[in-house]
Amino acid sequence: MVTLFGLVLLTLLVVTAVAIVITPNLFVAVMLMSIFSLLMAATFFILDAADVALTEAAIGAGMSTILFLSALALLAEREQRSPGRKWLPIAVVALTTLTLIYATFDKPRLGDPSAPVHQHVAPWYLEQSPVLMEMSNVVTAVLAGFRAYDTLGEVLVILTAGLGVMLILANGRPERSRQGSAPVAGGLRHHLVPRVVGQLLIPFIVLFGLYLQFHGEFGPGGGFQAGAIIAVGIVLHSLLEGEAAGRAILPTRVLVGLMTGGALLFCAVGIAGMLLGGNFLDYAVLAVDPVAGQQLGIHLVEAGVGITVTSTLVAAFHAFADREPAA
Amino acid sequence: MYYAATAAILVTMALALTRALLGPTVYDRVLAVNMFGTKTVLLVSIVAFLSGRPDFLDLALAYALINFVGVLAVLAFFQKKRHYERPR
Amino acid sequence: MIVDVLSFVMLALGGFFVFMGGLGALRLPDLYTRMHAASLTDSLGTILTLGGIMLQSGWSLATVKLLTILFFLMLTGPTASYALANAALLSAHDPGAGTAPATET
Repeated sequence: MVTLFGLVLLTLLVVTAVAIVITPNLFVAVMLMSIFSLLMAATFFILDAADVALTEAAIGAGMSTILFLSALALLAEREQRSPGRKWLPIAVVALTTLTLIYATFDKPRLGDPSAPVHQHVAPWYLEQSPVLMEMSNVVTAVLAGFRAYDTLGEVLVILTAGLGVMLILANGRPERSRQGSAPVAGGLRHHLVPRVVGQLLIPFIVLFGLYLQFHGEFGPGGGFQAGAIIAVGIVLHSLLEGEAAGRAILPTRVLVGLMTGGALLFCAVGIAGMLLGGNFLDYAVLAVDPVAGQQLGIHLVEAGVGITVTSTLVAAFHAFADREPAA
Repeated sequence: MYYAATAAILVTMALALTRALLGPTVYDRVLAVNMFGTKTVLLVSIVAFLSGRPDFLDLALAYALINFVGVLAVLAFFQKKRHYERPR
Repeated sequence: MIVDVLSFVMLALGGFFVFMGGLGALRLPDLYTRMHAASLTDSLGTILTLGGIMLQSGWSLATVKLLTILFFLMLTGPTASYALANAALLSAHDPGAGTAPATET
């Protein structure tokens, strides 16, 4: 039964992907990308990967769509076809596709316990998470505990991306609209119903993000998902009240400070481990009881991830939404 | 009966996708995306319940909130674009 | 027993209305008629489907979460439809039937 649902979702996915490539109107492509993200999230969910599905829904269908739309508001809607030979890219893509399809012939069946991926470290992680960390969500235990060095790299990549966007796009001071009270600064302020309902929802969205952040040890959740959802809440406020109000609440200085602060918190936890006698990012020495130390380390590290992700996404949104299209 | 409801929701998702592909105006497509979002919330709720793991309902809750913000973002940016494209 | 029958009926009706909404969104002739079909059946289908699941899960945390989902969908669904219809009308998308479109703000 699950296979049948999965097949239906994958068919819709292929149809959407083909439509995204074919359509010349970029706005339509962005709308279809949102549907694509939803289909991916539903597929991940049917395959029992709840953490990944939550991240895909929060980032793909939420923040990604908003960022694409804010960029598209500055540009033309029609794609500009580049003249040139079409047969070379098609040949390369077709060759790669056929090679990949051939490579899937040897794949083990889904959920096969004797597959290579289930043989090496995976059983060890599954056995040791309740013993070493007493954490029921193994994904968080692996992400923030056993493989924390990798997650540190991810946080630094997010920080670099945020700083890159700001260096390229943002000015020192926000651009003032030359036409006076333009909708750029107004947002949806003049539309009463969405504004009231949206303002009612903002605290719930932020609260739900905080719930996911701290509940990540027991259920689907964690720093990345929580960061994306809190960013969506803050962006909703900017959309409703206008850019000026959004900037007044979280100025650029504060956003940059939060971005770097989150990454620094992560590194500080690692260095604290070294100073207390263990290795870098060794959490067992952070408290008297090694299990409590592991949990404390994971809490702090996930908080750092959440802070960096939130501030990067909000800064990227402000960098795009503040600009006005070239006249 | 859960399977029948899930099948109905999947068929509706396919119909909404068709409207998103066909819709002559932008607003048809936004309508289709909004509908697709709420159907995804229902699908995730039913499947979470079917597989006996109620903590997966967090995903449905997250998605219900995000879908709304997505529609408002589309409308806000469309309004911005229209303002700048108005002939002066 | 009666709870099972009731939840069965609610899920069946929920699936039926959801399907009707999809069919309406595809086959009706104009943007505003499609909005009518999509938003009405969204609300009704959501109430029936989530209500059917809630009856099955009894008094538990899952029911509280489902109630929260229902509350948010009831709050945001009609608002999104309103915002969409408002935007469409303000951009002079003709509703047909001889009414004059509103001027842009």
